[in-house]
Amino acid sequence: MNDNRTIALVAGVLALLTAATAVGQFLKRHPDRGLDPAAIRTFNNRLRGWWILCTVLAAAFWLGTTATVILFGLVSFWALREFITLTPTRKGDHRALFWVFFLFTPLHYVLVGLNRYDVFSVFLPVYATLFVLARVAFAGDYKRFLERTAKIQAGLVVCVYCLSFAPALLQIPIAGASDADRTGNFRLLFFLILLVQFADCMQYVWSRMLGQRLVAPAVSSNRTWEGLLGSATSTALLAAALWWAAPPFQLWQATLAGLVVAVMGFAGGMTMSAIKRDRGVKDYGTLVVGHGGVLDRIDSMCFAAPVFYHITLLITGVKPG
Amino acid sequence: MTVSAAPVEDAVMLSPADIADKEPVPPLRAAVRSPFCRAAGLGLAGLARLLAGASVRWIASQPDTCQRVYFANHTSHLDALVVWSSLPQSVRELTRPVAAKDYWSRGFVRRWLAEEVFDAILIDRTDIKVHQSPVDMMIREAGTTHSLIVFPEGGRSVTGEIGEFKSGLYYLAKKRPDLELIPVHIDNLNRVLPRGEFLPVPLLSCISFGPPMWLERGEAKLDFLARSRRAVLALKE
Repeated sequence: MNDNRTIALVAGVLALLTAATAVGQFLKRHPDRGLDPAAIRTFNNRLRGWWILCTVLAAAFWLGTTATVILFGLVSFWALREFITLTPTRKGDHRALFWVFFLFTPLHYVLVGLNRYDVFSVFLPVYATLFVLARVAFAGDYKRFLERTAKIQAGLVVCVYCLSFAPALLQIPIAGASDADRTGNFRLLFFLILLVQFADCMQYVWSRMLGQRLVAPAVSSNRTWEGLLGSATSTALLAAALWWAAPPFQLWQATLAGLVVAVMGFAGGMTMSAIKRDRGVKDYGTLVVGHGGVLDRIDSMCFAAPVFYHITLLITGVKPG
Repeated sequence: MTVSAAPVEDAVMLSPADIADKEPVPPLRAAVRSPFCRAAGLGLAGLARLLAGASVRWIASQPDTCQRVYFANHTSHLDALVVWSSLPQSVRELTRPVAAKDYWSRGFVRRWLAEEVFDAILIDRTDIKVHQSPVDMMIREAGTTHSLIVFPEGGRSVTGEIGEFKSGLYYLAKKRPDLELIPVHIDNLNRVLPRGEFLPVPLLSCISFGPPMWLERGEAKLDFLARSRRAVLALKE
């Protein structure tokens, strides 16, 4: 926290949030401006969400790498709960699910925390898959076997495996920084989170302003090609403007990362939308009243994190682990 | 109007005052429970809610410490524990689950939990005696302060559908017309801990409490049981 880039980043985010909060509160107090009150409420709710997000992240970063990995582990666990709750499973899946929740998910995050890229990169996609297939077969219920195992597998990959690449960014060795100094890594992770959130927002704004052509009307009634294009452009621009904050990147690399993060985030939103439509719910929170739905918040992150991680490795040429 | 099989002991309307006259008020178990058991109860309630991810909804209904009978569909061994945990603490301390003796008195831990922590009323399902009917026992144990949690299906449903209600709820309502009957719907707990499993999967469940109902004057037993079952189903949405 004692280098200029971190201070600039923290100060910038705080200033932006404070300014946005001031605007939001002003609009709330003056409803006669002709703006849609529902939109103002959404804006203020979002802002509250960001304040909470930033506070929790700041606390986790201050506590260090382990605390951050644990935080992401808990988020994964909760998202997987929501995913499996909404996915019909049969009794024959019960024992497999027990191990998925209490062995595979925690162990995967332990491996991430221990920086064992060689193991954690294959642990869930290979070993958990084999285990789930075999365990469900052993349970003796063959009805819709592939469908059921695929659902568990999809939940594990999206909610646990993909999300875990975000805290894994903390383990990438950064040129010029000592092993003990992880500030650069924390900035890199925050850079990713910021881009994902910004892309989400821009997608919404551009779709509202210019949205004409829906990508897939049956899946999502507000995601448009204009929104995707606008979000990708704006996010790439923001990434370029903030390239100094993400240590291993040069200007063009940060811009490319911003572009890819926006596209992947959009893809994540579309995917979760399709699952929700199929299950007949509007968001993952509707099942649980008074709880926003963790999966709704992290869907873009789940898709963007692994790609961002691998782009970082490819561009900088560092070896993980 | 033909009511099938009149209850063995003639259904006399008892008011709370009558009960207080007829027998000494049972000692308030909540007051004598040791601090350790109360702490265990608090911890367990928290753990149950965390593990079962229970979200609690009160639909046209409010938590209250007045005497009530919560009746719910039965899908899992966790049901009694989770419904009990879903109540606010002040209500919970006055609420006693009615549970099967054959399950809850087996083994030291379960017996301790049932007797000391939830203060459960254990019903012997295998040996129902005429002079000691479960309904009489519930009424006696409830006294003038306690609320009850009952599962009128009498056992856990196998298919996940809500089965027909047994008549105990009717006699309970008839003998104690002053008790508020609160329908409770338990959603998804059968997936958290299905029949025949002992390790839970931490999915999210939902407990819905509905508006109070009573036995109507002259309402036939089957009509009442069907109506109360519909009240639980209505909370499913």
